[in-house]
Parts: sequence; C-alpha cells; structure tokens
Amino acid sequence: MSSTPQTQHPKLRDPDWTRRWLGFCVFVVLLWPILVATEFKPWILVEPGNLKISGQFLSSFWPLETNAEFLTMVAQGTWRTVAMATVGVVLAMLVACPMALLSCRVLSISALCGRMGWLPFGVRLLVRWVLIVLRSVPELVWALVFVRVVGLGPTAGVLAIALTYGGMLGKVYGEILESSDAHATQNLLRNGGSRMQAFFYALLPSSSSELASYTVYRWECAIRSSVILGFVGAGGLGQQLDNSMKMFNGGEVATILLVFMALVAITERISNWLRSSLS
Amino acid sequence: MLLAAPGCCNLFQKQALNFQLSEVVARHPAARVGSPAALQGVSLSIAAGEHLAVIGPSGAGKTSLLHVMACALRLDSGRLEIQGQSPWQLGNSALHQLRGRLFLAPQVPPLPPRQRVVTSVLAGRLPAMSLWSSLRSLCYPSDISAAQQALAQFDLSDKLFERVDRLSGGERQRVGLARALLSPAQAWLVDEPLSALDPIRSKQALQTLIDNARARGVTLVASLHQVDMALAHFNRVVGLREGRVLFDLPAALVTAEHLARLYKQFEHELRGGPLQDLPVAALQADPVRPLIMHCR
Repeated sequence: MSSTPQTQHPKLRDPDWTRRWLGFCVFVVLLWPILVATEFKPWILVEPGNLKISGQFLSSFWPLETNAEFLTMVAQGTWRTVAMATVGVVLAMLVACPMALLSCRVLSISALCGRMGWLPFGVRLLVRWVLIVLRSVPELVWALVFVRVVGLGPTAGVLAIALTYGGMLGKVYGEILESSDAHATQNLLRNGGSRMQAFFYALLPSSSSELASYTVYRWECAIRSSVILGFVGAGGLGQQLDNSMKMFNGGEVATILLVFMALVAITERISNWLRSSLS
Repeated sequence: MLLAAPGCCNLFQKQALNFQLSEVVARHPAARVGSPAALQGVSLSIAAGEHLAVIGPSGAGKTSLLHVMACALRLDSGRLEIQGQSPWQLGNSALHQLRGRLFLAPQVPPLPPRQRVVTSVLAGRLPAMSLWSSLRSLCYPSDISAAQQALAQFDLSDKLFERVDRLSGGERQRVGLARALLSPAQAWLVDEPLSALDPIRSKQALQTLIDNARARGVTLVASLHQVDMALAHFNRVVGLREGRVLFDLPAALVTAEHLARLYKQFEHELRGGPLQDLPVAALQADPVRPLIMHCR
C-alpha cells in the first residue's frame, strides 16, 4: 500500500491526556465512598413534610424586629464583634509575619546556588510545624479553654482568633511570598543585600496586593468566627444570636443576620478598595 | 559629568577585583542529568580594573560565565579565584560580604513592577546600608539627588518618581544599569545590557557604563550580542562557543575569520539582529509602548 504525502506523518497524540483522564477517574472513584460516608441525600430536603417545616421556620423570620432597644443592643453587639475580630487579626498578623519570613524559602541565602544548608532547612521545617499546630486546633476549642481561664467576654474570643488565625495567616503569607516572582529578590540577595533588605525592597512590593487582599478576607472570616465564638460566651453578635434563637424569636434572628450580611458586604468593599489602591 | 556618589567615595580607593578562572566546568542547577555542561573548561584571567566583552552565539554560556564569576553558580570542577582566594571556601558571612563587592546585572531587569524608579535605583546601594537606614529610605528616599544623577547619565531623569511598570522595556533596562552606578561593588558583571535598546541609546548606555567604570577603576565584564559594539568599545574581547573559550584577543586583532568561526551555524545572530533569542519579556520591548507586566 503506497502512502500519499499527507499520510506520511503519524497522527500526533496529546501525551498528557492519559494521565489527566486517569487522574479524573481516580477522583471520581474516591468521591463515591466519601458521598456514602456523609449520607449525602439532598432529596430529603424537598420531601413534603420537611418542606413544611422549612417553610414554617423561614416564615418566622418575618416581620423583622425593629424596636429601638433591640437595635441598640444589636449595634453594641456588632461593635464588639468587629472589635474582637480586628484585634484578633492584628495579633494574628504579629504572630504570622515573623513566622512567614522565617519559613520562606525565597529568602534563603544558602539556597541561592545549590541546596539549602541543613540548619536553615531545619529551622524552616520547625516553623512550619508550629504553624500547623496553631491552625489545627479550631478556634472554638481555644475559646472554650480561654473562657475557663480569663472568664466570659471578648478576651477569650480575641485570643482564640489570634492563635488559630496566626497559624493560617503564617502559612498563606509564606505561600504567597514563595509563589511571587523571585527574580528581583534573588538579584538583591546575589548582590550582597541582607534578607530583610531583599524582603522590603523586592519581595514585599511584588506581593503586597495579594497579602493585603488575603488579610482582609481573613478579617471577614474572623468576624464570622467571632459570631460563632459568641455562642460559647465571648459576647457580641453571637451571644445576641444565641439568645434570640433560644427564645425562638425569628424576627430578631433575621435582623441580626441582615446586619451580619451588611458587615460582610462592607468588608468586600474595603478589600476591593485596598486591592485597587495597592496595584 | 561623571558620578561621584556621596558615601561611596572612600570605596573608590579600594582595590578593584581581579578574577582567575582555570578549567571551570559549571552546570545550570536545573539542567537534566547527562546534558552538556554550560561551561566546559573555561580559563580566563582578568586583571583588576580591566574591561572585557564576552561575545558568542546563544547557548554559548555567557550568562553562566557571569554567574560563576558573581558567585551565583557553583563550580562542578576547576578553580575560581577572586583576589587570590576561592570564594566557595569562605564562610557564609565572608562569602556574602564578597557578594556585596560584586554587582551582577541580569538580562531581564530585576525590578518589582509596582516599585518607583527612585527606590529601585537606590536599591543598588543596599549592600552598603544598614537595615535601619534602608527602611528609612523606603519611607522617604534618602538620596534622591544621587538617584537622579545616575538616571540622568542614562537620559531618564524625568522618570525619577514613575512606577517601574509604566516604563518601556528599554527604559527598564537602563534603570537596571543605573543601579550599577550607585552600588558599592568593585566589579560589574553585566549580562546583555543592550538587548532592549535601539542603536543610539545602546551606544549612549555602553559609553556611560564604560566611562563610569573607568572613573571608579572597577572591573567591567559585559556579555554582548552586538559584536560591533563590543569591538568598538572594549579593549579585550573573549569569544565563547558551547561553553569553551574560542579566542581571547585584543579587539584590534579580532578578524572576520574569528567571528565566522565563532558564529558558525548562528550567522543570523552575527548579521541580523541582537534581538533574536531573548526571553519573551525583553522581546516585547518597544521604546514607545509600555510593557504590560502582570500584577497579580
């Protein structure tokens, strides 16, 4: 069989296709037992009996509770919650910044040309383990512990948020710093600058926008956590929500939830403004 | 008008660095096992204060040679001596101090996109500044006039307070070169300083670099694609091909036959343009349109 000039080249195949397809199949195969283990049956929600209960629950949200005394209490609770979240995140940043700098491989001088020395590698590993420990304990558990130590009130919430979020911020700051373009940083280190100089003159300007937007997102998460911590005695909006739900007052619950949604919308605006002003 | 940076004057009296390379074999750190080494037995002797141009086709190892001399690339074998001592046998802090006396200017300007030009240029002085004064300079630039003088020599003084990502590729490259004028280094290792510049600016920039290097007595080693510039401005030219030194001659003794042998199978680089095999970022350089750098 003579081959025409068009059929002389063999048909080209994408070499990565097999690997990707196998990866996808493995993912689906793993997903099935996970769904079974979590008793994933969303159709239960739309059974007639359950729909009636949901309907009754939602209808209790209307009318919203708007009397002045309650709104004053909600305002105070909001202020407390925001304050708790803000102080918690600031303390978390104080914990996270030195850890992130210590764990960042981009600032390693021994790794400039060749493999990192064993001591710098060990220090970085140790810092990462500390960060893992800090963020693996949920803030609810920390708050329960601190409420016993310092008593009811926002202090317990602040400390819980500071520890857990310190671990989270430290890890993500380190990852953002490592994933930014290292060319300018490496050049400053190669020309004899110190690590901190390279950080402030090259690494930070390259990644400031992402660091800021992640920090504002974590502040928003901290506000949410403060609400949850209020359930265990840390005060603020969470405590209000807890009281209202225990008294089955749907109107008050709805008002508090709407205030909370407004808070989140405000943090979104702040994040956008910060990102645009830094870039 | 040559630059005399305040605070750097006492460093001018220090001896410039001399380099001795003998049978240096060096491999790129990310190279595949079994691939040929970037430098395969390079021997060079560079006296203090000498000006040297390194030419050769792409892949010849010019960048690797500069990195080896800047103590940024480890040797597989051979000897490197700077001022008579081997840098890789020094302790960590002594090696870092030595790095402060070497200035390596990479081909792609190492400037963070959102930084202002004045801060980027003053960053050249960091090895000589303490941490506290460098932080203070971040809040308010400590020596704006020195930065402006350096930029004026490259015809960029009007861009003093611009952001780096608003500059074109050629302007960015000149800012990277202006950093050298402020650095306390005694050896300048410049990788393709003219890759994004048009012919007139190339001549200007190279002349500025050489005049300042001569005034300060620093050793200057520049790798160039523009063979005509290399022959016109440098006393000594080294031809590198496939990691080996093909010739090491005074510029006046380099003949067309030497160049033909050096650029065999790469004649388009000898004839055509200096912009053939640059990294993509430098290729997009256009003196009129600003280069878009992606800020995440």
